[in-house]
Amino acid sequence: MSLRPSVDAMRLVVPTLALTALLAAVFWLQPRAMSYMGLNLLFNLAVPIALATLAQMFILAVNNLDLSIGAFVSFAACVSATFLQSTPLIGVLILLAAIAAYAAIGAVIHLRNLPSIVVTLGMSFVWTGLAVLLLPAPGGSPPDWARSLMTTKPPLVPMAIVASVIIALIAHLIVTRSSLGVLIRGVGGNERSVERAGWSVLWAKTAAYALAGTFAVAAGIALVGLTTSADANIALRYTLLSIAGVILGGGEFVGGRVSPVGAVIGALTLTLAASFLSFMRISPDWQIGAQGAILIIVLALRLFLNRLERQEGRA
Amino acid sequence: MTHAAKLLQKPWIWAYLAAILVWILTVSVTGGSSAIGLTHAAFTFASFAVIVGTGQMLVITLGPGNIDLSVPATMTLAGTVALKVMAVDNTMILPGLLIAIGIGIAVGSANYALIKLLRIPPIIATLCMSFLVQSTAIWTNRGLRVKPPPALAEFATSSPLGIPNVALVALLITLGAWVLLERSLYGRWITAIGQSMAAARMAGIPVDGARALTYVICAVLASVAGYLLASFSGGAALNMGAEYLLMSIAVVVIGGTSVAGGYSNVPGIWGASLFMFLVVSMLNTYGLGAGFRMIMTGVIIIAVILLASRRQTSSP
Repeated sequence: MSLRPSVDAMRLVVPTLALTALLAAVFWLQPRAMSYMGLNLLFNLAVPIALATLAQMFILAVNNLDLSIGAFVSFAACVSATFLQSTPLIGVLILLAAIAAYAAIGAVIHLRNLPSIVVTLGMSFVWTGLAVLLLPAPGGSPPDWARSLMTTKPPLVPMAIVASVIIALIAHLIVTRSSLGVLIRGVGGNERSVERAGWSVLWAKTAAYALAGTFAVAAGIALVGLTTSADANIALRYTLLSIAGVILGGGEFVGGRVSPVGAVIGALTLTLAASFLSFMRISPDWQIGAQGAILIIVLALRLFLNRLERQEGRA
Repeated sequence: MTHAAKLLQKPWIWAYLAAILVWILTVSVTGGSSAIGLTHAAFTFASFAVIVGTGQMLVITLGPGNIDLSVPATMTLAGTVALKVMAVDNTMILPGLLIAIGIGIAVGSANYALIKLLRIPPIIATLCMSFLVQSTAIWTNRGLRVKPPPALAEFATSSPLGIPNVALVALLITLGAWVLLERSLYGRWITAIGQSMAAARMAGIPVDGARALTYVICAVLASVAGYLLASFSGGAALNMGAEYLLMSIAVVVIGGTSVAGGYSNVPGIWGASLFMFLVVSMLNTYGLGAGFRMIMTGVIIIAVILLASRRQTSSP
């Protein structure tokens, strides 16, 4: 993969530019944000979104799409706020079973050649239903360790940023340095040739879904650690945010072209976009719309840069 | 081959059989007294899913990756703006409808413009668009709940012919969609595009025009559904479209349309929409809570997909 480092690096240019530009704009509007506390507030909710985005990334890497991430993160958050807090052993078992279920879904999708969109759509109902059974009304409380982990105050840089960097590094190692990561991207690139080379596509897809489930569970725990309570709908919007984050970070829907670092940057950009808008004193009515507009601008920028790259390649 | 066996080969038959089975299961519990009421309610509520689903089906027919995620936002915006313009005035019913359709045309065109200009997957383009549309809806709504004009509300909630009016509208729309798909050049075009865009382009089909038109039709149908739903439920609510995002996709797929595109199925949409409503009311009748109801809905969607895949693999 290091044959053409420029392409991989180019993929990160636009997301990084977008994040830097947004950050600069925020600092310009509100210089006081340029502090430990300010950054902490700006990126407060970034960690669970980044984890959910990485989960979606693993699914996109095998050319599938997961419409149940938001519901699953909500479910994981509900388990964390109830069982994981009161009876940790049962909580851990439930979460492990949920990850196993995720892996099984991946296997079934591959074995029966089912459309992932529809299966995960069905699963989103199942996860939300389970979450409603666990917590019919908002409530629960986070496990102490999750709370203290999310509220740690490391020196110099706020926890949200430290955690994002660590998460990005871990995912980067899995995707680019492990044989599993190569296999997963290979399946996304050309399923048939991976199969002919003697690898198991079934195993690759199952593993991709299991990884996605693991990251989504982590997102749920992190979310509860931040918000201190959970409800069945707490993370429903993560489904769309996670897709947007991956694409924003330079990932693509097909071809196994994904970038974990980009995905985390994409998630940070989306988080920051929301904070930026409140600094702009844009009425809350337009906040969702402005997020859409920012997404469009970044994608337009990417198209522009891709064209430049192609022209240079020809020259 | 006998007539019955031929019927069983149809991809849409399963949705109807499932709907009938669920209907019987529900009525048997309530002792038959609710049979008419249940059927009536099923046709009323299925109509909205049918209208939205028909648009989504045309988009899904275009091939892999084609899904319109802006449907719920479009429904909400059209319903909100139309009711605001009509301002409880019976004479404004037609202008209100035209405005709803106009919103649909605008959103659909903008959707395809984004897909084409930015060369981004339709899912992302329509997602961006839905954010913008949703914001516009929030901005126009401002938490006010405008009532529909009395005559329109009367039309949307009554059933003078024994069949709910909204179901008649949905029926007309599906008939139109069927003619469009099976008998018109446009229908052949989008089916061809769904099977192979490259081949369709080489065959000289105006691919861009056909795709753009499809996104416009989908958004217009979503707008009409929003207009009717807002009139039916006595006012527009900001979250009124929310459940129709997943619903529109589920209805299309359960109805026998191929998610990979290229094969659409109009009759199946009715069967699937009735089925989806009846499942919820069956679980309600059995006294199951919201949680179990959702779990069962999900399990049923997956079961239908599994069955459908077996069907496809068994028949050559």
